[in-house]
Amino acid sequence: MAMKFEKVSEGKYQLDVQGYVCPHPQLYTKKALEKLQSGETLELLFDNPSSGESISAMCDSQGDDILEQAQDAGKTMRWTIRKH
Amino acid sequence: MTDGVVCTTEGVGAATSRANTWRASAVVGAFLLLSIWTYALDARYLYFSAYLWFGFIYGASLQYGRFCMASAIRDLFAVGVPRMAVGIMIAVVLFSLVSAAVTVAGKSTFHASPIGLYSVVGGAIFGFGMVFTGGCATGSLYKTGEGSVSALLVVISLSFAQALFVDVGGVLDALVPASWTASAAAKSMPAELTVTKGWYDQFLAGYIWDLKSVTAGDALGLASPAARAFIGNSLVNAILPAIVILAVIYVRWYRKGWLRKNKDAAPGMAREVAGWWSMVTASKRTAIAGLVLGVAAGLQMWVMQTLQQKFGISNAGELLTAMGNTQGLSLQETVFDPGYFYVTTQEAQGAAWVLAQLGMDLRDNIFFGMENGIPSPLANPVLWMSFSVIGGSMVMALLANEFKLKMPTREIAIWAIGGGILMGIGSRIGMGCNIGAFFATVTNGDPSGWLFALGMTAGGYGGVKFFNWWIERKMAKETPLGF
Repeated sequence: MAMKFEKVSEGKYQLDVQGYVCPHPQLYTKKALEKLQSGETLELLFDNPSSGESISAMCDSQGDDILEQAQDAGKTMRWTIRKH
Repeated sequence: MTDGVVCTTEGVGAATSRANTWRASAVVGAFLLLSIWTYALDARYLYFSAYLWFGFIYGASLQYGRFCMASAIRDLFAVGVPRMAVGIMIAVVLFSLVSAAVTVAGKSTFHASPIGLYSVVGGAIFGFGMVFTGGCATGSLYKTGEGSVSALLVVISLSFAQALFVDVGGVLDALVPASWTASAAAKSMPAELTVTKGWYDQFLAGYIWDLKSVTAGDALGLASPAARAFIGNSLVNAILPAIVILAVIYVRWYRKGWLRKNKDAAPGMAREVAGWWSMVTASKRTAIAGLVLGVAAGLQMWVMQTLQQKFGISNAGELLTAMGNTQGLSLQETVFDPGYFYVTTQEAQGAAWVLAQLGMDLRDNIFFGMENGIPSPLANPVLWMSFSVIGGSMVMALLANEFKLKMPTREIAIWAIGGGILMGIGSRIGMGCNIGAFFATVTNGDPSGWLFALGMTAGGYGGVKFFNWWIERKMAKETPLGF
């Protein structure tokens, strides 16, 4: 599955890095957040548990808000991050 | 910031959890059955089971804390996240203290490595490769337990890369300095090893064996065994460097975010210490994993040495000989048996055993033929530890509902195999990986581990730079938004 980064609606973006392992998800997330303006949100889809720890710490360090963390039955994690 | 975050788990019902509990129980049951069955066959299999259950603890702890040395360096440089580097320093401090106690009790199985530039070179190749694979050698084992087939590819490629690298000759022989060849030839070695042929043989016999090894406790000339172990080996070689590294990480990567979060513009020393402590305890899972790993790694040395005394052996090769299993022993009738947490050499043996089944004899070199042997996986106690690292991780992943069989894309598979080959080559030049050449060495007073860490950090930094360039290039090409 290829990586997807697209604009969903005004101020809302989606990054899909399912199937990727470390360090791809956290690096793509960092690059995607750099692209966003302050207050815009990123919906992040990934399925590599180890990346979650790093992404969470990265958001904490940068001051970005993780608004929602959900996991579906297929082990896909769906996080919503608001750019600081 | 994660305060006020909404966490939901959609569609993950109780039935799934129950199924995973059963699967986890089945894995634990299989290991228990193996231990009991082999003990019933021969009580000396207790030695194998000791490796197995420590491996299980390591695997469970690594998965629980997402503990991976690759991410310690990579995440620091790539995304500015210090949690893993912090976890490793916690483990280093605790392992060194337990090791010191074990050493004073006369139960240490540790032998210091020679000190030389090879550690930096090997560490740099290993560190560069591990950025691309998504995990270090142990990280790849525990991620295999989570169901990652790309991590399994890393394990396989680093195993075969090592096995072939230690036996390769031809063009590489031309790169061997004449002084190595002369030094190797001057040593009285069995003719079947042909030590003046093959790059790695001459590297070992003509270079590594001529280097000196020393622990910090001995180098400082401390008189009592307790002072050598606790002050020289633990405090000077492990704890003080760990504190300095944590201080550098705090200033460079954590302080700014912490001060902003706490709206503290002009902090005093007390606030700085509070910030430093906040960094240490920021990821409780990582800290707990570091604590368990540190203590367990120290205890393993004590247990293995106790068992060696119980069976009257100094190497598992003697145990195998007494059990009537002499196939795969080295010329010295030994097998690889470090007596502590170690990864890579046993995987190389596993790969060499597979190649032997296919008709490729790799025993005409020092690494396999004289030092480590090529025992079958069932007769390789240290390989039992590697398998149980995967098993312990699998149990934790199942219980946390995180196990998922994940096939890699072609791109990920290429990164995994390429990075794994570099890690295999780096670990053989560096005489181990991040565990054997760093974690187990710096904690036992051996300064060579810091040289490996220096190389690994430099290689990791280079790898991150390369990877950043690659990802930016890929994003610019493949996404409508670009980067």
